[in-house]
Amino acid sequence: MADGIRDKVAILGMGCTRFGERWESSAEDLTVEAFRECLEDAGVEKKEIGMAWLGTCYCGIHMGSSAIPLGLTLKLPYIPISRVENFCGTASEALKGACYAVAAGVCDIALAMGVEKLKDAGYGGLPIAGAFGYMDFLRGANYSAPGLFAQLATAYEAKYGIEMAKIKDAMAHISAKSHINGSMNPRAHLRAVVTQEQIKSAPMIAYPLGLFDCCGVSDGAAAAIVTTPEIAKSLKPGRPIVKIKSIQTAVSSGEEAWYNNWDGAGFVTTAKASTKAYEEAGIRDPRKEIGMMEVHDCFSITEFVTMEDLHISPAGGAYEDVMSGFFDLKGQIPCQPDGGLKCFGHPVGASGLRMLYSIYEQLLERVPEERKVNNDRMGLTHNLGGMPHANVCVMAIVGRD
Amino acid sequence: MIGICCHGGYVPRYRLKRSLIYKAMGWMNAATVANARGEKAVANFDEDSITLAVAAGRDALENCDRSVIEGLYLASTTLPYKERLNAGIVAAALSLNDQVRAADFTGGLKAGTTALLAGLDGVASGKMEQALVCASDCRLGKPASTMEMIPGDASAAFVLGSEKVIAEFKGSFSTTYDFVDHYRGDGAQFDRQWEDRWIRDMGFEQLIPEAVRGLADKCGMKTADFSKVVYPCIYPPVRKKLNKILGFGPDVEQSNLQEEMGESGAAHALVMLSAALEQSRPGDRILVVSFGGGCDALCFEVTGQISRASYGGGISAGLAGRVDLDNYTKYLVWRNILPADGGLRAEEDEWTRWSMLWRKRKEVLGLWGSKCLKCGTVQYPQQRICVNPDCGASDEMDEYLFSDKTGRVSSFTADMLAPSVNPPAIYGQIEFDGGGKYLMDFTDCDLSEVKGGLQMVMSFRRKYMDEKRGVCGYFWKAVPKREVSNG
Repeated sequence: MADGIRDKVAILGMGCTRFGERWESSAEDLTVEAFRECLEDAGVEKKEIGMAWLGTCYCGIHMGSSAIPLGLTLKLPYIPISRVENFCGTASEALKGACYAVAAGVCDIALAMGVEKLKDAGYGGLPIAGAFGYMDFLRGANYSAPGLFAQLATAYEAKYGIEMAKIKDAMAHISAKSHINGSMNPRAHLRAVVTQEQIKSAPMIAYPLGLFDCCGVSDGAAAAIVTTPEIAKSLKPGRPIVKIKSIQTAVSSGEEAWYNNWDGAGFVTTAKASTKAYEEAGIRDPRKEIGMMEVHDCFSITEFVTMEDLHISPAGGAYEDVMSGFFDLKGQIPCQPDGGLKCFGHPVGASGLRMLYSIYEQLLERVPEERKVNNDRMGLTHNLGGMPHANVCVMAIVGRD
Repeated sequence: MIGICCHGGYVPRYRLKRSLIYKAMGWMNAATVANARGEKAVANFDEDSITLAVAAGRDALENCDRSVIEGLYLASTTLPYKERLNAGIVAAALSLNDQVRAADFTGGLKAGTTALLAGLDGVASGKMEQALVCASDCRLGKPASTMEMIPGDASAAFVLGSEKVIAEFKGSFSTTYDFVDHYRGDGAQFDRQWEDRWIRDMGFEQLIPEAVRGLADKCGMKTADFSKVVYPCIYPPVRKKLNKILGFGPDVEQSNLQEEMGESGAAHALVMLSAALEQSRPGDRILVVSFGGGCDALCFEVTGQISRASYGGGISAGLAGRVDLDNYTKYLVWRNILPADGGLRAEEDEWTRWSMLWRKRKEVLGLWGSKCLKCGTVQYPQQRICVNPDCGASDEMDEYLFSDKTGRVSSFTADMLAPSVNPPAIYGQIEFDGGGKYLMDFTDCDLSEVKGGLQMVMSFRRKYMDEKRGVCGYFWKAVPKREVSNG
């Protein structure tokens, strides 16, 4: 019987670039930047890395396909490298590959690198990339990401009979909170504090989502070097170690898109992946045991419904929790303490590792007091890639020894 | 007895007031004020002669058995494809038999009646049990021209056969002349015409009486025997004169709908005929005359079966369902007369992969999904493995048609980011009554009327325009189901 990877893998080092409009940097530059910080933090030499995973999503407009760009950029010495892509779960997939290799004993030290250079697209929002296959051209709706996720709000409104004005209030609270958190973070893309009034009066992007309900589209890279806890302890004697408690993934089965058993007001995948993630991590009551979260707030409404799908808020209870400040920086479970996708930014292929970087920094108490969270518990990362009716959820839970 | 068994019609939702056109362009050509009354029906940005023909065809076929349709004739002077059978697209959208004989009729404005005659010949010869004739047009006039004012977009369709005939075909008389009143050369976007006075005096006043008298002689009738007279002619004085010459009484003339929708080209005689049939009583003798490249004159006699005909839509419902298009430049952009910037997103280049469309033709053009033979779950798109998690049967599917099903909105949005010439792009999840679910574009609606649970029907529309290769693709969209006011 498989028992998962809980406590079988430790994070030896991490790196994360400043996210944003990095007009001066190529994807390769960002890769080098994240890697140098990561390698220095890990305290190992490049030649000690046995295997590597590269996560990129829109690689057609920057590095190109395959794992080759990572080998070429970092001059990795003929080691096995895989490139993974799973929409917004891409970086977490890279992490999963590296962790599984270590847990399986096929290598001692593995690198996970996520990188994306989106600001060469020439327009705002994510590039149009035929991401959902050619049949979408023949028979798909004329959609954009905001419009796909905006439907969570209209479906949630219909399911719970809650007024749209209240949903808008909660969404504004969520975005305002992330702007406050992001404003304190020198590596975040969007660093302005924005009021709830500004948020609610912003131009509409896709009803009911306004400009400030949407996350930043950014350039950036993040990396992790993982190893066994034994090696980590031997390399960093007497220092706290952050270990992987669980990594779980769930992918849509077609039911949400084509069967009539989904109400559209949340993510089936997140509900399923989180249940499995808590089980693997040995968590019984996530509302009490999870200390902080970096979740996939591509849009404020995504974060809103995710609080329920993660079994943190009860069904229909996200509004109360959000409005009470439960997820604020000094609340019971701070959510997006680094600013989230909303403000730290969202270079798609790097985001999962950026989330892990933020939790890792918090658990090791490396962040300044003003944005520090109560860190004696476990932290959770959550990525959601695709669209609400057909998606992939990749989650990780990490904890400090 | 052969004749018309069912009929249908379609008028797009939007109307452009001619005074609005005059306000925008009258400075350039003040003479257009003479035609600046009433309004013209304007196809939505995602409609064209093919989608209009499909809409009328669906209306006509509503209570018919599609499996006995053995001929499909499509008439229009504005067909989107020069090479690719346009009627083939209509046949696929209407889910007609693969064995149907189909053809495009085009070139002159009498193409509509000529297609009707070809269909009648088909059923008269016994080679076709039933034939479907669809006629549609979306003609464009150059801004500031009279021809910008005159035409309206519309379509009509007739199911022809020998059983349950509502209007018996009594006879016809045709002429063909290279009388060039209107013309469009290869590649021309806009209609051109010769001088009105010549068209009136040498065209309508000569050619219509010839056709009407020829028909009357052939059928052993007098011109005064007709109880309804259908002929498209936009000149009111000419109509008055013709009625006098031919002895048509004041009550027999069928409105040419110029005030309400404009002249729909090759479809117009058929659109007027369909409107006339909506008001007909048994025994009515209807004269139909087309004009353009000569004339076709046809005579029908309404039977007792007319009371059987119930109309879900039709021309009168299409006229009643009008909504203002209160923006002239929007019309120009929709018709690609005014090139507007859609941003880089709109310039993403994608082309039609025909081998893929062929493989998926029923799913895309017909909106066919699957029904699981094991658990009965219906699903779209077509699946090999049943989507019901408690079933999961593999390759045990029947085909299942979604295009005739209603559905309800379960979630929706109005998207300003998705490239569209009619922003915001409204779309959402449709849960079909009877099962099945799909994320679709909505059209012919505004955000203010869309809400969870709203009932929707399917409509065949243009899905994309590939400017680079000059072709367009088609799929289905959801439209709010609206009450038909004409009963």
